[in-house]
Amino acid sequence: MTVEVAGLSVELDGRTVLRDVTMRAPAGSWTAVIGPNGAGKSTLLRAVLGLRPARGEISVAGADPRALKPRRRARLVAYAPQSPNLPSAMTVFDYTLLGRSPYIPHLGRESARDRAVADEVLERLDLTGLAARELGHLSGGERQRVVLARALAQQTSVLLLDEPTTALDIGHQQQVMELIDRLRLADGLTVVTTIHDLTLAGQYADGLVLLSGGRVAAAGPPAEVLTRRMIAEHFDARVHVSPGPDGRPVLSLERP
Amino acid sequence: MTLLPKGLPNGAARLRPVQLAAALTVLAAALLVGLLVGAADLPVGGVVRELLDRLPWVHLDSGLSPVEQNVLFELRLPRVLMGALVGGMLAMAGAGYQGVFRNPLADPYLLGAAAGAGVGATLVIVVLPGDLSFGVPLAAFVGALAGVLLAYALGNTAGSGAATLVLAGVAVSTFLAAVQTFLQQLRTEELQRVYAWILGGVGSADWRQLAVVAPYALVSTGVLLAHGRLLDVLGVGDEEATSLGLSAARVRLVVLAAASLATACAVALSGLIGFVGIVVPHVVRRLAGGSYRVVLPLSLLGGAAFLTLADLVARTVVAPGELPLGVVTAFIGGPFFVLVLRASRRQVDT
Repeated sequence: MTVEVAGLSVELDGRTVLRDVTMRAPAGSWTAVIGPNGAGKSTLLRAVLGLRPARGEISVAGADPRALKPRRRARLVAYAPQSPNLPSAMTVFDYTLLGRSPYIPHLGRESARDRAVADEVLERLDLTGLAARELGHLSGGERQRVVLARALAQQTSVLLLDEPTTALDIGHQQQVMELIDRLRLADGLTVVTTIHDLTLAGQYADGLVLLSGGRVAAAGPPAEVLTRRMIAEHFDARVHVSPGPDGRPVLSLERP
Repeated sequence: MTLLPKGLPNGAARLRPVQLAAALTVLAAALLVGLLVGAADLPVGGVVRELLDRLPWVHLDSGLSPVEQNVLFELRLPRVLMGALVGGMLAMAGAGYQGVFRNPLADPYLLGAAAGAGVGATLVIVVLPGDLSFGVPLAAFVGALAGVLLAYALGNTAGSGAATLVLAGVAVSTFLAAVQTFLQQLRTEELQRVYAWILGGVGSADWRQLAVVAPYALVSTGVLLAHGRLLDVLGVGDEEATSLGLSAARVRLVVLAAASLATACAVALSGLIGFVGIVVPHVVRRLAGGSYRVVLPLSLLGGAAFLTLADLVARTVVAPGELPLGVVTAFIGGPFFVLVLRASRRQVDT
């Protein structure tokens, strides 16, 4: 399912956060939205979800998510925020089951199928052993996987992930990114993530969108976007860019 | 002691028969003790037989004298049932407000709902002449809803955090209490009726009052219990709940209305009684877990049992005099509030 945005502008409290943003995430691809702090990365994801009022065109699988009923939209797009609210006394299983909400009648209850889907997702993410654990007793890496499990239980074809690797050590970053990539390839998911770590973005994403000051400064394959000049201009950082073993760019900081 | 299911990965948060049976047993025991103890102690066997005798197709000789029968059916039973109804409504309303505001300190009394209900009811008594017993709960409902919305709006402008909402609620409560005093002083000839209602407690209980409020109580109970799962979804925050397909604003409004109706029922029957809505849901969470599918029904039953026993204390501890019921609940609830506040602070800080 393709995600397309054209001429998107978002104002928050009278301040223009996004200005005339155009981007395209082809079906089954991984698109990473990068940019300096405050560039509007998270706002872009929220606008695509219809959580922020926005001018311009948004299309997810040909439909404008703002025109869809919330339940219908929730079967199309799943979202994991940067700092999700994890009710500390809720179990991992019950949290995963929340992902089935769009399929449960308003005042109804979960069906056996909903439980089966939650079980299956936990199994896939290697979380079955933690099913009865309370969210308050999870490590950072486990929390990220649990949030991913809830999103997967929605069984959507589009995943919007806001900084899925924040606060994780390098090992867990790799683990989570590999996991997302594996799921994407297996289920043909369209993945759009915001991400801080540029090398990580370059290693995993098919396409990058560089946001700076609310505008798209560059978009394209990692090697075209992650250049020494671009990083200097938009991040005010001196980096050395070298091609990795598979041709994807690897960034290292240079002291001035 | 914990009734929390462990090691049941497939156990979606839901009320277990064991938990329900335990709560019902506690409630039945509290009601029975409430019936037996009083100025004239009634025999256990006699009361049980007399109650069973009232069931269809059961005929038993209780051995109670006509006077004892009168005490049982005209004094004890309505009083105990009213205490249970008020307690159940307040505790369930508290749990509902806590779900809507994601705040364990929300309570009908502290949120301004009870004071709002007081203003609404006083307005009807003072302004409209004649017998208005049917209008009082409705006016109390409108007042309760207005009180909560006012506290919420005020709390929102002052910042976020569990304690801010409570501070706003206290400000609104104080203000509304002043409004109520002002209203009742406008018409001093109605003062006696207003006071009789405010200080009513459950001592003046009779069957007619119960019949007036029962339909409202049933409606709010039905609506709140049906929203347990949705309150669980709302627990992840408005944005995420919306991304999960929930109309967060609608759920919030419906639950607020139902909880305010429950508060109005309690206030219309018994005046202002505080802390039940904090104490009972907190204990339920500790014993049975945090899902609102469990917290709401168990708070209803637990609140009923709690206030039945609190009323028992109120009418026996300084016998032959009586303590106001709100004094007893505040004695227990005040210290409890501090405990819950500390617990929620810790949760916010980490």
